[in-house]
Amino acid sequence: MGAIERPLLAATSAPPPAPLRMARPRLQAPRHPLFTTGGWIAFTAAAVALLVLLPAANLALPADHPLHVPDYLVTLLGKIMCYAIVALAMDLIWGYAGILSLGHGVFFALGGYAMGMYLMRSIGREGVYHSELPDFMVFLDWKAYPWYWSFTDHFWYAVLLAVLVPGALAFVFGFFAFRSRIKGVYFSIITQALTYAFMLLFFRNDTGFGGNNGFTDFKRILGFPIATPATRLALFAITGTFLLLVLLLARYLVTSRLGRVLTAIRDAESRVMFCGYNPAHYKLFVWTLSAVLCGIAGALYVPQVGIINPGEMSPANSIEIAIWAAVGGRGTLVGPIFGAFIVNGSKSWFTQAFPEYWLFFLGLLFILVTLFLPRGVIGLFRRRARGER
Amino acid sequence: MARLSRLCAALAVPLLAVACLSAAHAIAPEVVRDLAFGGNDAKVKAIGTLAAGSVEDALPLLQALQDGELQTAGEAVLRVREAAAVDLVTGAKVAPLPEGREDVVLNNRVRRALASAIAALKLTATDRQVRLAAAQELQSGAGEEMLPAIARALDREQDAEIKALLALTRATVELGSAEKATRIAAIRALAESRDPNTKTLLLPLVEKKGGEFVETDSELRAEAELSLRAIESRLATGEMIGRVFSGISLGSILLLAALGLAITYGLMGVINMAHGELIMIGAYASYVVQNLFRAHLPGAFDWYLAAAVPAAFIASALVGMVLERSVIRFLYGRPLETLLATWGISLILIQAVRTIFGAQNVQVENPAWMSGGIHLMPNLVLPWSRIAIIGFAAAVVVLIYTLLTRTRLGLFVRGVTQNRPMASCLGVPTGRVDTYAFGLGSGIAGLAGCALSQIGNVGPDLGQSYIVDSFMVVVLGGVGQLAGTVYAAMGLGIVNKFLEGWAGAVVAKIAILVFIIVFIQKRPQGLFALKGRMADT
Repeated sequence: MGAIERPLLAATSAPPPAPLRMARPRLQAPRHPLFTTGGWIAFTAAAVALLVLLPAANLALPADHPLHVPDYLVTLLGKIMCYAIVALAMDLIWGYAGILSLGHGVFFALGGYAMGMYLMRSIGREGVYHSELPDFMVFLDWKAYPWYWSFTDHFWYAVLLAVLVPGALAFVFGFFAFRSRIKGVYFSIITQALTYAFMLLFFRNDTGFGGNNGFTDFKRILGFPIATPATRLALFAITGTFLLLVLLLARYLVTSRLGRVLTAIRDAESRVMFCGYNPAHYKLFVWTLSAVLCGIAGALYVPQVGIINPGEMSPANSIEIAIWAAVGGRGTLVGPIFGAFIVNGSKSWFTQAFPEYWLFFLGLLFILVTLFLPRGVIGLFRRRARGER
Repeated sequence: MARLSRLCAALAVPLLAVACLSAAHAIAPEVVRDLAFGGNDAKVKAIGTLAAGSVEDALPLLQALQDGELQTAGEAVLRVREAAAVDLVTGAKVAPLPEGREDVVLNNRVRRALASAIAALKLTATDRQVRLAAAQELQSGAGEEMLPAIARALDREQDAEIKALLALTRATVELGSAEKATRIAAIRALAESRDPNTKTLLLPLVEKKGGEFVETDSELRAEAELSLRAIESRLATGEMIGRVFSGISLGSILLLAALGLAITYGLMGVINMAHGELIMIGAYASYVVQNLFRAHLPGAFDWYLAAAVPAAFIASALVGMVLERSVIRFLYGRPLETLLATWGISLILIQAVRTIFGAQNVQVENPAWMSGGIHLMPNLVLPWSRIAIIGFAAAVVVLIYTLLTRTRLGLFVRGVTQNRPMASCLGVPTGRVDTYAFGLGSGIAGLAGCALSQIGNVGPDLGQSYIVDSFMVVVLGGVGQLAGTVYAAMGLGIVNKFLEGWAGAVVAKIAILVFIIVFIQKRPQGLFALKGRMADT
């Protein structure tokens, strides 16, 4: 898409001497357009491909046409686009603010569970036990919904939960963590502990989210049957639109003054502090935003994949998110999207063709990317484009 | 074996009894008739009479009744065994078998009485195992009519364990008695018990049902309350010691798992995500050594650990040094990238072990001397395997401490940990120290794996379950100091076990994680942070 990166910390002229009050230097960059012309063309092309061409190739073309997109591919791409949103969210905090989270899976899963609660309730009495309650509650001999399930039969309330719950968790966690200046590997380890604790919590049957099995066997969403090609395509289109919107939002953020402060925090946090900025506020904002994006991605993911269980919160899953961003290229915005597609595309190919070699491949990917491709695939292309080696 | 010998003894008693069956007519004929023809009440009474009488006469008769060998033919009571019948009143052989015989029918109540009567009679057996089995049988269902037999056995009994059991049984029976004084005495006797089951006997006495006490007599309630408290305090000591012990044992596992991590993190500032897999490699090394011993040196199998410990250390240390030389070395100064690269290494190691040894767990057998344990109290057993691990962890800590404080390598490691550039300027070969220290840390992980193989499953995912825990120890203890790691591991282990007792394992784990997240708010550098200039970096 050719979004060109600008120099990170443009030479900022020192403020005019203030005799009485120390003013902090304004990192005021001239307002650039979001994308260059080439960037906009690429963006529009991607939007047309995702929202027009692909659905048309799935619905209009006959099944034996060479350009026909089979249903399973729609689901797979929709799933990967959810991952791409997560990778973008990860890039915002890791690539731009230098905070590596090893617990983003928890926000993703919480968003998924919020949507899952709605989907479970819209099953109605069609479960195995033909009860108003979900099957797992009947199985556990629960007589009524626990309080935190109230109102989840309303779609928009579930959407609100998918945004607010990960957001609130991230805000509280981030508030304390950034306030006491936990950073680097310590922060990463603590986030890993966070997702691990949540995984243990959700594995319990008493927590009220289906324990080991989580939620599955969804029947319909907003009254539409959930497994039909039309519904899947609609979900796909919504996910695609959202991915593009998130890309725009992220682009807006990183070209704004806030984005510049974030990059400055990444590169020299102490200096930013000495300049009079409070890094904690900026970090907290982008951390919470990133968690909210993950929550929405999770909410989009669950109806397409049809299952959510505590496995999504395992530390391994959260680390994989980091590798999506790293493979594509940290500190760029299209990079993580490519990274999510590259890693997950090869995952679904490998696990079908050579299931026993997938972990070898993934492990090698982790090592090779960190050793030889610190700027990811995008960095590789840029270097070539600039005529270096 | 024990069970088998008990079975043999149980079989031997009726066989002996058959030999002296001719003496059976010493029993009063009306008792035999009651047994055969009487109603259920009469039967129970007759069984009680027999149990109170002499053993040689009563036991074979009761045994025959239990085995369904007693039949009636008209007025006669016969004992029929393989087409040979004996008249129990006259002692004469009856042949041929009379027509129209009927079995003596027993209902459940009679059966229970019969079983405990037989047990009471067996209390006089010479074999300790038989007596013990009989005492245990009695405890589960003795009636009041067994009291004289129990009292007699109590007078004779020398074995402390059986004696305690019998006293408990007597008190249990007397608790149901109609006389208040007997019941109070029984409640007081129960207070001496060391058995957790006694509590369940006394609890109904102080229970409330629907606002009313089940037991109406307030004096009895007060006595029961006192006894309960006495038992609880005695049990509490055992439980407390048990919890502290299992906490220390968990703590020493955490310590072994975290020690190596603390050294590499303290030295190079990199978190080695493959640390858990180094533990796993150590466990698999022990598995291989065990198999080699089983195949080639079965005689020395009990001592295979002597070879497994160094093997586990060397295997993990070699893998760790290769990793340091080939990957981690190139990522210095980029701790977050190291995190990811080592995670990749861990994935490869897991899959490699899966390919070589299979995805299933493998069996690592304990040496014989590790089975069993020290039986301190009825509710407190300290298993040898746990004791061995605690001792092993202590030995490792002492060894590391000596290594770090008394050797040249230790001096270098401490120097590089505190100030890398300065150590380098003074001629310390920092690169080589890194490699050795990484090897040392990995080797300790291997030792942890060797220890873990003795108490749990060994599988490719073994390391994953310990990695978060050992990070928590490092975070809590801070880096650069052995003491911090030791205190943090022991503290986490003990607190974890106590929380588990109150709230269950999962909640305990979550509570600990939350606690650590809150804790590092206050002390981001851990419990034992280095003070002064060193703390800056």
